[in-house]
Amino acid sequence: MASTAPLVVRASPLRRLQKELFGSRLDGLISIALLAALLAAGLGFFRWALFQAQWAVLSANSTLFAVGRYPVEQQWRLWLLTSLLALATGLSWGLLRAFPGSGAVRALWPRNDRWAASILVVLALWRPMALQLTLAIQARWWGIAALLLLARWAAGRYGPAIPQACRRLIPLFWPLLYLVGMVLISGGLGLVQVPPSEWGGLLLTVLMATFAILLCFPLGVLLALGRRSELPLLRWGSVIYIEFIRGAPLITLLFLGQNILGFLLPGGLAPDRVWRAAWVLTFFAAAYVAEAVRSGLAAVPAGQLEAARSLGLPMPLALIHVMLPQAIRVALPATVGQFITLLQDTTVLSLIGLLDLVGTARTVMANPMFLGKNAEVYLVLAILFWTCCAALGLGSRALETRLNTHSPSAPQA
Amino acid sequence: MVLLHRFTAVVPLIASLALVGCAGDGGGVQSQKMAAIKARGSLICGVDGKLPGFSFVGPDGRYSGLDVDICKATAAAVLSDPAKVTYRDLSATERFAALSSGEVDLLSRNTTMTLSRDAPGGNALAFAPTTFFDGQAVMVPATSGIRSLKDLAGKPICVETGTSTELNLADRMRELNATYTPLKFQSGDQTFAAYLQGRCVAVTSDRSQLAAKRTGFPNPAEHLLLPDMLSKEPLNPATINADPAWADAVRWVVYSLIQAEELGVTAANIDAKVAEAKANKNLAQLRRFFGVEGDLGKQLGLPADFVVRTVKAVGNYGEMFERNVGTGSPLKLERGMNQQWRQGGLMYSPPFL
Repeated sequence: MASTAPLVVRASPLRRLQKELFGSRLDGLISIALLAALLAAGLGFFRWALFQAQWAVLSANSTLFAVGRYPVEQQWRLWLLTSLLALATGLSWGLLRAFPGSGAVRALWPRNDRWAASILVVLALWRPMALQLTLAIQARWWGIAALLLLARWAAGRYGPAIPQACRRLIPLFWPLLYLVGMVLISGGLGLVQVPPSEWGGLLLTVLMATFAILLCFPLGVLLALGRRSELPLLRWGSVIYIEFIRGAPLITLLFLGQNILGFLLPGGLAPDRVWRAAWVLTFFAAAYVAEAVRSGLAAVPAGQLEAARSLGLPMPLALIHVMLPQAIRVALPATVGQFITLLQDTTVLSLIGLLDLVGTARTVMANPMFLGKNAEVYLVLAILFWTCCAALGLGSRALETRLNTHSPSAPQA
Repeated sequence: MVLLHRFTAVVPLIASLALVGCAGDGGGVQSQKMAAIKARGSLICGVDGKLPGFSFVGPDGRYSGLDVDICKATAAAVLSDPAKVTYRDLSATERFAALSSGEVDLLSRNTTMTLSRDAPGGNALAFAPTTFFDGQAVMVPATSGIRSLKDLAGKPICVETGTSTELNLADRMRELNATYTPLKFQSGDQTFAAYLQGRCVAVTSDRSQLAAKRTGFPNPAEHLLLPDMLSKEPLNPATINADPAWADAVRWVVYSLIQAEELGVTAANIDAKVAEAKANKNLAQLRRFFGVEGDLGKQLGLPADFVVRTVKAVGNYGEMFERNVGTGSPLKLERGMNQQWRQGGLMYSPPFL
């Protein structure tokens, strides 16, 4: 590494480390003290993780953490859904590499992708074994990982051969998959109904987060447009809504949704509490997304809209084709930040008695067989949440670069 | 999707309205709640869901615990199937709202019965008999030689600050004229950590709580619960005042479990006992209890043999206790006040007459 790095531009990493950490005697002392503290903490952690921690609480309850109380005989539906998701992910990934944004270099297997694929393989091989799952379930995970990589390879290799007309339809696979997923999870259309009270764990967390994220975005855009509208009713309605939601903590809104609806609507008419919570999350996040989008709208020069209008575009078309694409590009980082917050906000659902990941963790820790295993459970939850949030962040950054290279971001009026 | 869901939710409502309408002119026992439960085909039971020994979800996704068994017994009595229960985890703050808005049919969530919760001017709940007499207790290391509250005079005791436990301890120690050093902590976890480090010789909290915490200790057998009770925490299932017929049904479901223990009826021997009662006309008490003669069940709006169903579902009260919190379970609680009245406890069922 050191020999190939261009020494003229930048010193080798070792040199740089030496210069930055041990530049002066004081620097050296501070570095050594910090390194010693890190080492001690690391050693302590590994001693705990390898010798003291009892991971049986996770392997015994792995199904509970994954899908909650979902009936065992119906779980094949979730396996099918996971396989479909893996297939869709693989296809999209491959096609994205086969058709990079204009200006980007076309490479079927860039270095990051090779890393991601190897990490995936290692995870698929190691994780089921670490959890001591039965061989049948291990084999399913291997199959799903293999399916993902196979789809990735096939889409990258044969993607360009697909006719243009068909290729345009491929992104529709995702919304279709979401609908199919909902049917698979909840039943109907000939499948046995599984009531939402039996969903739980990661399934419920992901379902709540995706439901709220997908719906809060269009709602937020409408609210942002409403707030900038010239119709007083629309404008003031949006302002009052946004300010009311932003002025109330999420937990109070959730309690309102859970407890007040029961009084207002006759018994049985109110939607299930899981859906009530999902809608509250959606409405809550929409107010924040609206403000992010409004900041984006404010960043687009007024001349853009005037120009579009003077060219004869009606207002809706001018908004859709001229204003929003530019505004959303500006608002994207803030919006994704909101999505990440939303994913973390789902943990509050455990306080209203839903068995999301944290709720499941709490009920597992109440099992007399696993009392006092809090550290093991919460550590794994932290890693899970970090992974999901990091994935969202990475995805948004990739989207930003793709949008920015697609067309120059600065409006040239 | 949601619309479809709403639609499916409306159907049983209409069905239940129809049923209620029929019950109106049919005479006999009228309970809107029971009619709604039968129409729905499942009992919605509010539980804690995160309380060791009382309600929690096992690795197989099934609920179990002492509170959960009350739900199962009620479902067995009303719907003839202990599995027909929809469990709803409720937090302490929302439990009463959930009950009074009709979100849950039955609240079996370690709720202490108090006057204000029972009174029409308060929470307007209707309490079933106590299923667990809890109360504040004190835990000490077995090797300390401390066997009663008096022995704690002059010793440091760990308490959680800002709680009623702190006040109860102070009151009781003042009554005993014993001075002690309270070591106060902000959270329960800190309190127990300090106790385990040996910074105090005793720690105080609710009896069931102490037992649950003890199972997580490195050597649970080295810690004792003192027999003294510092407070009264009777934990009762609850329904709403507005439907007395339903409250009565739940009340006698609980009594049936207590009475079964008194009569020596267990889940294992109930079939034999029923056969015996059917064969022998002289066993009048058992015959009434099992619904072989008389119409006790019908008077409650329950099947004549509801007792047989509840005991088959969860066993008698003693079996329930042993399985969930008793010496056979990880919590290892003594029966204490939860013993039958003949053994000096407080579990006492009025006669099934």
